[in-house]
Amino acid sequence: MITGSGSAAGEQITVASDQDVVRVRQLVRTLAVAVKLSLVDQTKIVTAASELARNTLVYGGGGTVAVSRVENGRRAGIRIVFADEGPGIPDLDLALTDGYTTGGGLGLGLSGARRLVDEFDIDTAVGRGTTISVTKWCR
Amino acid sequence: MERVPVLKIGDILLVSIQDDMEDQVALQLQEDLADRIVATGSHGVIIDISALDIVDSFVGRTLATIAGVSKVLDAETVVVGMRPAVAITLVELGLSLPGIRTALNVELGMEMLARQRAAEEDLGIDEGEDDEPAVTVP
Repeated sequence: MITGSGSAAGEQITVASDQDVVRVRQLVRTLAVAVKLSLVDQTKIVTAASELARNTLVYGGGGTVAVSRVENGRRAGIRIVFADEGPGIPDLDLALTDGYTTGGGLGLGLSGARRLVDEFDIDTAVGRGTTISVTKWCR
Repeated sequence: MERVPVLKIGDILLVSIQDDMEDQVALQLQEDLADRIVATGSHGVIIDISALDIVDSFVGRTLATIAGVSKVLDAETVVVGMRPAVAITLVELGLSLPGIRTALNVELGMEMLARQRAAEEDLGIDEGEDDEPAVTVP
């Protein structure tokens, strides 16, 4: 659960399988509709969540995804925090480069997801894990 | 694990993805389609994604792989029914689906495949007619 300034209590999903990635998409979609994101923005945040949840599973070895509603003055939004205790990312700049992958994918997950959201914060340390927080605001 | 049904309509295999797919379901579809193309000798595959409200890089890559495998097995793939919001998101994500043909709906996809098939057959005959003199004249 996420609490704190301007954010309502959220829901958390443990990500340990493909099925959990589907559950993350469904939860994010439900909340994106509830905060009244536009259809395109709903699609963007659900897609970003899918990429990042899969990263949590594939690279982080599983972890948690917390989804919450946030408020900023008159605007509502949705914030999603992906946390794992995996190997961490040694070279963040490289990992954020389009087309770079260590997992045999397209290398678009991290860089692409960043383009689809309004705020993107990443905290990673080798051997400790990775936490990524993304926010999408209503226009 | 659920499976995505593959329907045969004449010379074409039609796949309509109805649900948010788990990754394993997408990979299974890739194998099922390759098997069905070989078993039926179909020359075209239509994948209807009008029910999908997102296409992420995994599904995008699976569609590209299906198109590539089909091509090697002498079948053309057309992805149909992509929602506008999905198209916008895919391009922003950085996925332009190179090598994948698209049409707005199943009907237009079938027309596209029929046109292409006809064009290939014409070309095949023309090449044959043109080639023969070219070989014998010198």
